[in-house]
Amino acid sequence: MAYNLRFLQYDENSILVEWPMKIEQKILQDVLFYKEIISANLFKEIVEVANTYSSLLIIYNYTIDNINDAVFRLKELFRQTENTNIKETISYHIPVCYDGELGPDLERFSEQKKLSKLEIIKRHSEVEYTVYFQGFLPGFLYLGGLDSKLYLDRKSTPNLSIKKGSVGIGGKQTGIYPQDSPGGWQVIGNSPIEFFNPKDNPPCFIKAGDQVKFYPITKSKYLEIEKEVKSLNFNTDQLILHD
Amino acid sequence: MIKVLKSGFYSTIQDQGRFGYRTYGVPVSGAMDSYSSLFANALLGNTQNAAVLEMTMIGAQLKFQTSTAIAITGANMRPTLNDLPIPMFNSINVKTGDVLSFGNAIKGFRTYLGVEGGFLTEEVLGSRSMAKAITKDVNIKSGSILNVRNLSINYKRKNATLRFDSSILDDQVLEAFEGPEFDKLSKEQKSLLVSRSFQVSKYNNRMAYQLQPFLKNNLEPILTGPVLPGTIQLTPSGQLIVLMRDAQTTGGYPRVLQLTKKAINILSQKTTGNTINFQLISL
Repeated sequence: MAYNLRFLQYDENSILVEWPMKIEQKILQDVLFYKEIISANLFKEIVEVANTYSSLLIIYNYTIDNINDAVFRLKELFRQTENTNIKETISYHIPVCYDGELGPDLERFSEQKKLSKLEIIKRHSEVEYTVYFQGFLPGFLYLGGLDSKLYLDRKSTPNLSIKKGSVGIGGKQTGIYPQDSPGGWQVIGNSPIEFFNPKDNPPCFIKAGDQVKFYPITKSKYLEIEKEVKSLNFNTDQLILHD
Repeated sequence: MIKVLKSGFYSTIQDQGRFGYRTYGVPVSGAMDSYSSLFANALLGNTQNAAVLEMTMIGAQLKFQTSTAIAITGANMRPTLNDLPIPMFNSINVKTGDVLSFGNAIKGFRTYLGVEGGFLTEEVLGSRSMAKAITKDVNIKSGSILNVRNLSINYKRKNATLRFDSSILDDQVLEAFEGPEFDKLSKEQKSLLVSRSFQVSKYNNRMAYQLQPFLKNNLEPILTGPVLPGTIQLTPSGQLIVLMRDAQTTGGYPRVLQLTKKAINILSQKTTGNTINFQLISL
């Protein structure tokens, strides 16, 4: 184990494992590696296991009587690191329209940061972001890797309705709203892709550990893709970025 | 089938929750007072996960278009069948044309209606629990139809006596474990949390219950981490927020306490202005 982990019982039937509380790719890889090991080895006794930046939540299907025994077993598992196939990570290329009303906060962002709109779009779409986890809303991706020039505080008063597909910046993070929702992030663009569909299983085609890169599209291209997505003629496999 | 004549204040179909999709940010949902919903299913001989109708504050009015058996648990909304009072915590046979009505909750806040075999409404991602962005409807509407099966020919009314634990409706002490960030609290905050009373604010729903008064605080937000139903967060302004069944799966406020499963059920029966106290227990 490369990191000093903290194990604590969270409620009657769950355990929280904490890595150093940082947003770091190396930590994420470690977290996801153990997530896989737990899923593969404890599937008969867990309800689910979920990660955030630096935590794993393990929910058991029984009440934990002896936390020391349970933690001991987890540590044993963590020591046994061979024969585990880590899920392959995929890179996605996601279209975003940064035009006018689809990026309502871009203008003010540009004035505040003294960066031209083009410069913001370039910096935002140049980076390959890492998907750390999903939370906040079904299918909301927490992306790490934002250019530090684009860090911008959340709005002090959240918007009551942020449009589905909105690409926003909140502090050091960027992300996409998969549904209409209240929210405090600064919206700079919108993606026509459907990121969460409860009728699919899994309901989101992107998973923790995957990479996401944005590419700017025009309003007319946006409308074209939006139409394809709505008519269910859009295959998300075409978003996979090949080397 | 059952026709909804009046939906009540806020009524939803719930089972025990949606598991296995937390990693996609999907809230667990499920009956707020899990105990009362399980009790309704037990009275009918249903499986534990059979879907029930959860009614909040003001109950619904329903017309049966089939014969079935029902059981009513949780808050007392003075149920009547064809205008005649009927007992709670019992299985009762109903027939086509019967009208079941509920009034305001006079004790507790959420009432559960179980039917034999459970409600057979839309199932999404392994659960019938209604939830925003997941199921087509987030609550039941007047005029809608709820599917149930016809009373099984071999259905035998369960006459075994089951005693409903009324402490779910009566207790105001909520047992809680130390949350992951409990140790970051000052000595004074820790002692206030367990010694003083709190009131449920008007901001209480299936996602969260906010409490009053505020707890003086200077703790900063944490790096976003996992949260559970029953997690009590403390915001920088000192607001205590108890996350409930429809809460988001991750959060960035310090997690100071974690309610026991029983305490979540007890709190689910509380409403605006009700008093609660926390009692710390060790795991």
